[in-house]
Amino acid sequence: MKFLEKISEKPWQQIGPADGAALIERMPQTPPARVALRFFLAVVSVLFLLITITFLSRSQVADFQALAGAPWQPLTDPSRLWVNTGLLLLSSIAIQVAAYSAVRDRSAPTAWALGIATFTAALFLVGQLMVWRDLVALGYFVSSNPANSYFYLYTAIHGVHLLGGLIALTLVTRKVLAGGAIRSLGPGLSLCATYWHYLFALWLALFALLTSSPETYRLIAQLCGF
Amino acid sequence: MNHTPIADQQEGLHHPRSFLTKYIWSQDHKVIAIQYAATAIFVGLIAVVLSGLMRLQLGFPGSFDFINPSSYYQFVTMHGMIMVVYLLTALFLGGFGNYLIPLMIGTRDMVFPFLNMLSYWFYLVSVLILLASFFVPGGPTGAGWTLYPPQAILAGTPGTDWGIVLMLVSLAVFIVAFTMGGLNYVTTVLQARTRGMTLMRMPLTIWGIFTATVLGLLAFPALLVSAIMMLFDKLLGSSFFMPAIISMGEQLEHSGGSPVLFQHLFWFFGHPEVYIVALPAFGLVSDIIATHARKNIFGYRMMVWAIVIIGGLSFIVWAHHMYVSGMNPYFGFFFATTTLIIAVPTALKVYNWVLTLWQGNIHLTVPMLFAIGFIFTFIHGGLTGLFLGNVAVDLPLSDTYFVVGHFHMVMGVSPVLVIFAAVYHWFPKVSGLRFNEALGKWHFWITFLGAYAVFLPMHYLGFLGVPRRYYAMGDTAFLPDSAAGLNASITVAAIIVGVAQLFFIANIFLSLKRREVSDPNPWGCTTLEWQTPENPPAHGNWGEKLPVVYRWAYDFSVPGARWDFIPQNVAPEQVEWADRSLAPADHLPRHTGTENQSPDETDSSKTV
Repeated sequence: MKFLEKISEKPWQQIGPADGAALIERMPQTPPARVALRFFLAVVSVLFLLITITFLSRSQVADFQALAGAPWQPLTDPSRLWVNTGLLLLSSIAIQVAAYSAVRDRSAPTAWALGIATFTAALFLVGQLMVWRDLVALGYFVSSNPANSYFYLYTAIHGVHLLGGLIALTLVTRKVLAGGAIRSLGPGLSLCATYWHYLFALWLALFALLTSSPETYRLIAQLCGF
Repeated sequence: MNHTPIADQQEGLHHPRSFLTKYIWSQDHKVIAIQYAATAIFVGLIAVVLSGLMRLQLGFPGSFDFINPSSYYQFVTMHGMIMVVYLLTALFLGGFGNYLIPLMIGTRDMVFPFLNMLSYWFYLVSVLILLASFFVPGGPTGAGWTLYPPQAILAGTPGTDWGIVLMLVSLAVFIVAFTMGGLNYVTTVLQARTRGMTLMRMPLTIWGIFTATVLGLLAFPALLVSAIMMLFDKLLGSSFFMPAIISMGEQLEHSGGSPVLFQHLFWFFGHPEVYIVALPAFGLVSDIIATHARKNIFGYRMMVWAIVIIGGLSFIVWAHHMYVSGMNPYFGFFFATTTLIIAVPTALKVYNWVLTLWQGNIHLTVPMLFAIGFIFTFIHGGLTGLFLGNVAVDLPLSDTYFVVGHFHMVMGVSPVLVIFAAVYHWFPKVSGLRFNEALGKWHFWITFLGAYAVFLPMHYLGFLGVPRRYYAMGDTAFLPDSAAGLNASITVAAIIVGVAQLFFIANIFLSLKRREVSDPNPWGCTTLEWQTPENPPAHGNWGEKLPVVYRWAYDFSVPGARWDFIPQNVAPEQVEWADRSLAPADHLPRHTGTENQSPDETDSSKTV
């Protein structure tokens, strides 16, 4: 609503510093990086939303064989994916602890938490690769079925985003390695934490989607009008 | 609260210390803007040459041995994609966006200068990947700029080995580049405006660029998704878009994919893309028209709202590009309706430009000529859009030259005219130099009249039923001989227009050679970029202190004021009054310049 109020101003009637200068001073000073992160998360959300729309549409074609639902399907027992989910959750918690500790200038907990966050995130990626390997070993190749194609597509794009997050995390922590104060890590780690939580929530949604049964897909597709 | 405004934060400013950091690996938004613009114009010239080659074939079929059906389709594809994505998007947002956002909102640079630099280099890489496809076996893809599957990746289409892969990878890299730049533009506009620069005091240029960037951030993912999924189909054999198909007598492995799904994704990007190009053009042309008509823009608030509404609506009209692909009739009705609705705010903008000109003190400068030319071509292209937005009219016209005429008028010629208007308008700011007016006017008239000579007859060809995308008509019984004659005349006009662009290039180089120093504010502009302490602006833009904004961007010909413009950073008590009785009570006069003249009537230039 604030935006609507702002674009209802009549600028030709407002001359002088009283209006304009004061308006800028009153603006909440959200760090630019957080604003940019919000926009970036919106971009990533659109990306996954669009893939999901195509997924739901494609799932209604006869040749689509869901990866879960029947006892012989590989993701009917998703225990490997649960382990990976646990790793990503641990990573998400650890990075939050790191951000919390950094703001309070506690170097040891920050370093530990950062180490755990990075390690578990990397393990998550390795875990996903192992799931790929298992699928390939069972004969579930990218091209064998559209459900497989989507599994590889989703997990690859999600993984690339996590990899990008790890690069960003490295850039943030570089400051401390260069001799900066632990406290200076706070804002950067807080952004990384937001990104991590987002990727974790996104993974939960993907996990639920990819391990659902054909009946669930049919229901969602019908609700969406496909 | 006492704080350093984000606009004034200097820690992100990397002061260049060597030639490399000043001109190559620069993080200064102005240098990056010039890098973007130069690259975009370079690649755009390649696309102009490609269009000339296409026209040679269409005007004089079979006369040129070096053009065969494959190369013709490759020219069509590369021309379209380069023009839409690598020239127009990059030039409006990467070029003008980079240069103007920080200067017009009164900040020292983009909020993330390093990311901004990366954005340009990723863009350059995407261009190089695209151009590399000319040199790989099989050449670039000839799938048409929309890259529709299944033919885009099937044997028989030119460039299916390497060309299509390079095109898709190049697009993916471009989108990464755009996202880095786009995040910068929106964050800078939202967070780094100088004191007094409220949203509604921003010039329309910034509104156009800002909204277009938001559209780009939300629309380009659709193209990215299409590109990645098509790469999966092509390289990994998946069937996202590929149906069961027999190609060259062989049953392929694909099955069940939907080519129409690709079209939906593509146009979910493709239609907002039209406005990603158009909205910055609307903004730039609004500021140019107001400045050169010495009159405040008519209906500023409406103009802002129209930009925002057009931006929103642009996401729900995409399927009007797909009427001939087949869809539920209710869908056709829905998309036809939204298409007609989006014409309302668009028409409102056109009325406001015309009403701004109405009784204005119109100066027919080179930028103004191009801006007025834009109004003509945009009305023309917009009206034919109303025809094509209706399903029943679109069906017979969709695959004809009527569509080619329409989209070139609305999305080719119109934004390009604005680009020229804007380059001529801001050239004295960017370079600090004057350009040759006479050469500029020759450039305008040949381009403007030539564009009509090229694209107006195409509408007629479309009505005759001349199909687009055809390499040659052969002996087509229903086409009269005059169609061939018209095609030949279009080709001659197109080549003349193409060659006339050398006037523009020559003008820039001659100006750089002659070095006639321009007045710092030769057009009498109100916006902040013309009020910098140095011309062209130095690194950091504003010297010691940031400007403070006291008014909107359109205080032209204020009654009683001595000058016919009052810059945004002039405080009420600093305004000079010719007739004090008209001055508001809180405005105190102070003398700073010569009387009764707009600066473009003075000649303060000198040669160094």
